[in-house]
Amino acid sequence: MKLTNEDVREILQLLDATKFGELHVETERFKLTLRRRAEAGAWAQEFQVLSRPNVVRNAGTRDEHLASPAATKPADSTAAGQIEVRAHLPGTFYRAPQPGAPPFVELGSRVVNDTVVAIIETMKLMNAVPAGADGEITDICCENAQPVERGAVLMRIKQRPE
Amino acid sequence: MSFRRVLIANRGEIAFRIMRTCEKLGIETVLAASEADLDSMAARTADHVICIGAAAPSASYLNVDGVIAAAVTMKADAIHPGYGFLSENPNFCAACEREGIAFIGPTVAQLDTSGDKLKARAAAVASGLPVISGGEVRTVEEARQLAQETGWPALVKSVGGGGGRGIRLVHDPRELEHALALAMAEAQAGFGDARVYLESFIARGRHVEVQILGDGHGVIHLGTRDCSIQRRYQKVVEEAPAPGISENLRGALQRAAVAFAGSLHYRGAGTVEMLVDCEREAFFFLEMNARLQVEHPVTEEICGLDLVEEQINIAEGRALRWKQSDIVFSGHAIECRINAEDWTREFQPSPGMVSYAALPAGDGVRVDSHIQAGTAVPRFYDSLLGKIIARGTDRADALRRMRNALKVCEIGGVNTNLQIHSALLEADEYERGAVDTGFLQRFLEGYAIHAA
Repeated sequence: MKLTNEDVREILQLLDATKFGELHVETERFKLTLRRRAEAGAWAQEFQVLSRPNVVRNAGTRDEHLASPAATKPADSTAAGQIEVRAHLPGTFYRAPQPGAPPFVELGSRVVNDTVVAIIETMKLMNAVPAGADGEITDICCENAQPVERGAVLMRIKQRPE
Repeated sequence: MSFRRVLIANRGEIAFRIMRTCEKLGIETVLAASEADLDSMAARTADHVICIGAAAPSASYLNVDGVIAAAVTMKADAIHPGYGFLSENPNFCAACEREGIAFIGPTVAQLDTSGDKLKARAAAVASGLPVISGGEVRTVEEARQLAQETGWPALVKSVGGGGGRGIRLVHDPRELEHALALAMAEAQAGFGDARVYLESFIARGRHVEVQILGDGHGVIHLGTRDCSIQRRYQKVVEEAPAPGISENLRGALQRAAVAFAGSLHYRGAGTVEMLVDCEREAFFFLEMNARLQVEHPVTEEICGLDLVEEQINIAEGRALRWKQSDIVFSGHAIECRINAEDWTREFQPSPGMVSYAALPAGDGVRVDSHIQAGTAVPRFYDSLLGKIIARGTDRADALRRMRNALKVCEIGGVNTNLQIHSALLEADEYERGAVDTGFLQRFLEGYAIHAA
């Protein structure tokens, strides 16, 4: 590629001396658009490296592939008084606070609204999943340590009558 | 010796950043990338790319044997670990030594001391640096007792942690059990070490750190950075030099950092993080980061050095190229971290695909980023999309340039925190400078009310 920040800065110094407001450069290796934004008196760059990666084949590559997001159990029509606990973001579903530790909840566990029932790990953050209702866990729909999509049903809770 | 070929064991903006310096120095680059990053900007720019495993960090970027095997296969004479991942892992550093590959960073013993936050605390005390009262806790009961002595609220931190991960604020004994479990889980998942310690929480402190460089014999400092703008212990905006502290205090911080690193005979680039109580002109040791940091560009902008170049020079076995008196500071620099997150939903991570990226450019503006239209933002890694750095003759000038830079920055396809940065940099309290670590949370609470 060999187009540095300093190069862009130099191009902009040249452009600043002209009345042009936009510049497009495209080579085999990269594409650069520079656009003057009147409102801020500042420049914006759209830069794309076009060269293909030079990947070394068959060296150190492993054949481990990640499981695709877990197929959650078919969404049985949720019975009356049943509350679904859904993933509020995509990530990896964990039933216990750490490997080897007992799960937060089991089938039949009694929970209240803010009981932590699971963890979803996304982008290095552990996000606690609250039950969201008072009642009893009647269904655990995902396997531990499986990827889940946003909105996936994780558990079902039979709500305690008011 | 001079390195001929360096393997970069990292991803994202920092892989791309390290590569820039290697190119400048005429060093060939090999990128060790996971399956998710084979088409990244860094991969497209590296001289060679080698796949080290599946997307999950444990299968690739955290896999010591895999990364070492890649370096051996590619006959790299050195590895740059960037930040995070294996950068502060003593086992990885030792494995490099065994294979005769230079590790661009400190020694095994230094990583061992800085990486174990309890050992680092002890070393700080030994070198005359004050620490916040606290200590290791193994059970809820121990934690309860210690917090009773040091006072509520308390912070639970991971012994093997750093970078703000695995820290939980606990207001009262009732929250302790839950907080301890989550902190231990994050510590185990993030650092493979579930040990935690507890420290008394100082509400109105500022996070000020000192950049240092050592060659195993001497240590110099490259001034202060203020990183008080944090959310959940993650830095969001940084600047150099730290504003609004007396020259007396600045000198004391810098001397303390040099004394601490000197006591370790530190080799490489590192940062001594401290919590400053401005009213009392007092400061406490937080931790030492034995690596390049995300916010290193603000230091580079005020002292004119390329920290990656200095790291490489030291790792090649040469002495520091500069004496303390050679280091001259000029101007002021501010950095905004642009993250893929949804600020309207509690800053939830926002993985996906960048569809459009117009980034600021021009005089006094630097962008360290790996994104372009088509860049994947995998859910396996942290949410940093890049950093905008603005440099000015003084703080007001740098701030003005940053505000303009943010106005022209547009990123599509994923949610970002750009709007928060723009609003934050307009806040009077930020403009005055010298805010404490609780400022951002208070600002966001007010902002949410207005935006709602």
